[in-house]
Amino acid sequence: MTLTTLLVLAAALIGIGFYGALSQQSFVMLMMGLELMLNGAMLAAVAFWAYSGAGAPEGQLLTIVIMAVMAIEMALGFALVVAVFRAKQADTTEALSELKQ
Amino acid sequence: MTPSPATHIAFVVLAALAVLSGWRVFCTDSMVRASFFLLLSFIAVGGIMILLTAEYLGVAMFFMMAVEMMVMALFMVMFMMNPAGLNPMKMVHQERVAIVAGVAVFGVLSAVAVLGDFPDMPLPAEHAPVISLGRELLGDSMLIFETAGVVLLTTMVGVVVLSSRHGRYGRADEGSIPPGLEPGGEPAGQPKESEEEKGEEGGHAHQHHH
Repeated sequence: MTLTTLLVLAAALIGIGFYGALSQQSFVMLMMGLELMLNGAMLAAVAFWAYSGAGAPEGQLLTIVIMAVMAIEMALGFALVVAVFRAKQADTTEALSELKQ
Repeated sequence: MTPSPATHIAFVVLAALAVLSGWRVFCTDSMVRASFFLLLSFIAVGGIMILLTAEYLGVAMFFMMAVEMMVMALFMVMFMMNPAGLNPMKMVHQERVAIVAGVAVFGVLSAVAVLGDFPDMPLPAEHAPVISLGRELLGDSMLIFETAGVVLLTTMVGVVVLSSRHGRYGRADEGSIPPGLEPGGEPAGQPKESEEEKGEEGGHAHQHHH
């Protein structure tokens, strides 16, 4: 467990999440990709805190901010999915070809 | 901080678990199972955080993700097709581009990790991460912490506005007619409403605008 292995693991999570966010058709699966990317970002933040930040508390604070971002993304994402489904009966990205009507 | 061999073994196991379950999220047929795989990936990362002595963050991750993934699984059952994975399913577009982009992101980021020169400042021998985090949250960085709280409150308001059918001045999607379930059919998802109620709300809106 070194800084390099932790960062490579975080890079793997971000890469998988990026693949998911780009490739999935269903809105909720797409959001899962975004969450996986944030997961990698949190891991990288904690790794830097532990190995090259000398335990500065701001490193943990950054992770908490990312957690808040994750909660906000989740809540707003689901609200948008509900709104879009109500308006257009759409649950995949392909079903939304236009912005209006 | 000199990690023991047991820590190394636990790290390797948790890292493999995080990556494999993260990958399985996008390969499984069942969307509910996909959300549980994502939960597993988050819990593995939370375990790694605990190994790095960030106990508070690791445990917070457990609690938060357990609830979040339950909500996600519920949404899967409500909205998405094939939640139980009874049929083989692969709902992807531009898959080759996405794979190339994902591998490229992994390559670039791990090149930064391997080739980059980061300062080597490990944790001090005796430190209290939870105490220092608490002092930071309610001390120097209180403004950031409180801002996060206010932003979460704003999110709550925004989510209610976005997902409610009726606003203060009548229907939220007034004027837009959803397409029918079959071509040329009745607009889908429109509840039956009495004209009287609609008229009342219209008048209400008029009053407030002028």
